[in-house]
Amino acid sequence: MTTDTLVPFGAALERYEPVIGLETHVELGTRTKMFCGCITTFGAEPNSQVCPVCLGLPGSLPVMNRTAIEYTIRIGLALNCTIASWCRFARKNYFYPDMPKDFQISQYDEPLCTNGYLDVTVGDQTVRVGIERVHMEEDTGKSLHVGGVTGRIHGAEYSLVDYNRAGIPLVEIVTKPIAGTGAAAPEVARAYVTELRDLVRALGVSDVRMEEGSLRCDVNTSIAPRGSTRWGTRTETKNVNSLRSVERAVLFEIQRQAAVLDAGGRVIQETRHFHEDTGSTTSGRSKEEAQDYRYFPEPDLVPVAPPADWVAQIRAALPEAPSARRARLQAAWELSDLDMAALSNAGALDLVAQTVAAGASPADARKWWLGELARRANDAGLELTALNITPAQVARIAQLVADGVLTDRLAREVIDAVLDGQGDPDQIVAARGLAVVSDEGALNAAIDEAIAANPDAAAKVREGKAAAAGPLVGAVMKATRGKADAARVRELILARLTG
Amino acid sequence: MSSELTRMTAAELSAALSSKEVSATEVTQAHLDRIAAVDGRVHAFLHVAADRALAQAKVIDAERQQGTVRSPLAGVPIAVKDVFTTTGMPTTCGSRILEGWHPPYDATITTRLKQAGAIIVGKTNMDEFAMGSSTENSAYGPSHNPWNLDKIPGGSSGGSAAAVAAYEAPLAIGTDTGGSIRQPAAVCGIVGTKPTYGGSSRYGVVAFASSLDTPGPFGRTVLDAALLHETISGHDPCDSTSIDAPVPPVVAAAREADVSGMRIGVVTELSGEGYQPGVLSRFAEAVELLEQLGAKVTEVSCPHFKYALPAYYLIAPSECSSNLARFDAMRYGLRTGDDGTRDAEEVMALTREAGFGAEVKRRIILGTYALSSGYYDAYYGKAQQVRTLIIRDFDAAFGQVDVLVSPSTPTTAFGIGERADDPMAMYLADLCTIPSDLAGNAAISVPCGLAPEDGLPVGLQVMAPVLADDRLYRVAAAAEAAFTGRWGHPLLAEAKGL
Repeated sequence: MTTDTLVPFGAALERYEPVIGLETHVELGTRTKMFCGCITTFGAEPNSQVCPVCLGLPGSLPVMNRTAIEYTIRIGLALNCTIASWCRFARKNYFYPDMPKDFQISQYDEPLCTNGYLDVTVGDQTVRVGIERVHMEEDTGKSLHVGGVTGRIHGAEYSLVDYNRAGIPLVEIVTKPIAGTGAAAPEVARAYVTELRDLVRALGVSDVRMEEGSLRCDVNTSIAPRGSTRWGTRTETKNVNSLRSVERAVLFEIQRQAAVLDAGGRVIQETRHFHEDTGSTTSGRSKEEAQDYRYFPEPDLVPVAPPADWVAQIRAALPEAPSARRARLQAAWELSDLDMAALSNAGALDLVAQTVAAGASPADARKWWLGELARRANDAGLELTALNITPAQVARIAQLVADGVLTDRLAREVIDAVLDGQGDPDQIVAARGLAVVSDEGALNAAIDEAIAANPDAAAKVREGKAAAAGPLVGAVMKATRGKADAARVRELILARLTG
Repeated sequence: MSSELTRMTAAELSAALSSKEVSATEVTQAHLDRIAAVDGRVHAFLHVAADRALAQAKVIDAERQQGTVRSPLAGVPIAVKDVFTTTGMPTTCGSRILEGWHPPYDATITTRLKQAGAIIVGKTNMDEFAMGSSTENSAYGPSHNPWNLDKIPGGSSGGSAAAVAAYEAPLAIGTDTGGSIRQPAAVCGIVGTKPTYGGSSRYGVVAFASSLDTPGPFGRTVLDAALLHETISGHDPCDSTSIDAPVPPVVAAAREADVSGMRIGVVTELSGEGYQPGVLSRFAEAVELLEQLGAKVTEVSCPHFKYALPAYYLIAPSECSSNLARFDAMRYGLRTGDDGTRDAEEVMALTREAGFGAEVKRRIILGTYALSSGYYDAYYGKAQQVRTLIIRDFDAAFGQVDVLVSPSTPTTAFGIGERADDPMAMYLADLCTIPSDLAGNAAISVPCGLAPEDGLPVGLQVMAPVLADDRLYRVAAAAEAAFTGRWGHPLLAEAKGL
């Protein structure tokens, strides 16, 4: 593998203007495949979810899954697309061992959804990303190339093919070229995929897990000298399997292409592979010797003509878009843009919303999830959602603190116990006797002892140095084994010595 | 008794089985004996399923003893073209590339035949992947015409037609893509129908050209063909192009056999130069006969039919080039060159080189070219426009008449080897049948006599609108009854090849 020369990003942006485009494949979460009744569970025993149709056996014929059409229309409507009143499927012909029929049923010049947009936010600017088309196609099988170094078919000793994935419905969402974003291009790419992922998840049509391949992204990048009226030659980077990689792939390609142009070369139109470990891309097959897919209308399927009233029904049942929901919650919770972004980025939006719904104040909910709980999740290497604590439990803990039953320190102990599976907050408080000591008699006795034991500190407080009360408060807390409310103890000590 | 059983029609066998004069086992054994006696010369079958057939016959007999009768065809033997998937029997499509393939599932029509209690006696020979008009493109050698064993039995369903004409089975199933049922029926002197496209399921029919392939029946009589037509028809949810509508009343129409008052149009464009004189004279007699039976005959022009053949030879190869891509040595069938030194692409290429015959390769290449970027509009796109014009010709014609008629083929059966090296001459055999395939309407071929110059059978083609398949049987049955009356016996009684 040759190491590409790169131009520093800032320098590249001084001379060149990037244009990006994204092609995103989303595996639809239908129960059965696109053209047959095989189930679609991820991770099943290889070749256990197959039949004559998805294996492409001679004589078999496809029959369209209506739910897949409905899901695609849902995505199209949520992306503000026009839904075709009549469209057809096409065959994309090419030979590959994981393609059971050696053609893929796809859509070509008659996609189901066209001409929409998705607004994405980067920093304080909103970018409207145009959507060229949303079309349906069937997934291929999955090849495992054994032996060899690259994990690709060339150089492998042998290959194994799992057809469980063959025929799972895919939706391909293609953006229009995104120009004029300058140095923000890598971030825009990432923000777009993030927003799209959240949108598709909210629509309930896919679990959009990049790590399981149910959301896959190809990133197109080109650059042209600033002031040029023509766009540059684009490359298509495949194998971009995380949000971070989307950003890095654009970043790398801009820097690499800038170096090629700086050296007087020309960018080759080609497919490139992204490498997670190095954040770099390497050349794949050249598009200039690209295959001719010989598209033609699929004669085994009848055209799809979704009735207008059905489309209207689907539109009426669309959930609130994530961006609209965020704006609504931000206003309701009175959060700054920065705080809201932090919440989103931590994946805590839904958790906080549910905690607020369970009775906590937005400030408390945010404080616990982004503070203590985020720390625990981070320590355990888990997503926040994977923590063994429910929003309702967090809300209850917040309530106990607000009522003065728990101090923050005791609350942390309760959280530990909940995470440990010891039960609900109230059960834990009761079982451990964790409630704050609020019996004034017991407190006064402890304060008397503390003053007696710390005459110097007491003297300073009497002289008006309130800050000197610390050791006295500490002694009381120690005596009550932390179960007293420190603020209340402090108040009582000051009242006693200065009152 | 045994040879008498093989001479009986399916309707006659059905009656004899009903009255328990004979058993399904006896009927099946008689036909297996006949196959054993003559198929060495006819070569109608690629696979004879004797044991399975007898086992199935036993089941049907037992059911009948208990008073259960599945259908009129229960216990009646049938031959199935080797393009239908069948569990328990191989399915080769006449190709080396599928030699030894045992499908794990039954075609919808196979299932319907089994459910009806028909006894599948075997799989019949065919041009490889249904591409051809003579069975000479079969990788397993040609079938022979029972009228004259040196002649072709037509194709691609030539094995099915020959089996019925040779009394090896009273009924057979074929597929018609450009005439592959009607042309062999015509040259073998039997009845064959291409139903309305979508009227009979394609699920489990190994695809040649998806927008054209239509399964249909063969019989020695019009009524037999109708009985089988009804059995295999009707909506199939496994085939998206299957029509969800009632099956036209074909059996009733075959029984009525009445053409009085019917308007019959003779297609101007399907006659003249290139047609054998004896074919044209027999066809003219048939038209006269229909007029005598009370039909109103007029001449109708279908000006775009002359473009049907070139349009067909762009559309069918285009679809075939895609449909046959799956034969890639990866999952089933032949695998050549997999010696550990070659990559998947090389093994695919070597397998396809070794596994496909010349005509299949020719059509794959034609179709690949026609669909190529830059050529698509001029070839595939233009051919589809022609197809639309042909549909409009039919629509206009059926606005004036109830059915159209023409010869089924321009010539009678030609000699084996005669056109083998001349694809264009071979393609002309389907000149009259292709328009109905492109338009998707129904058509039948029924015997109308022997050509004086060679003594070989001539077929009358009747064409009806989409889903008006019953009209075919009304006209064909009327003609059949009148001709048989005139000849004093069924035409096939004159066949002397065996």
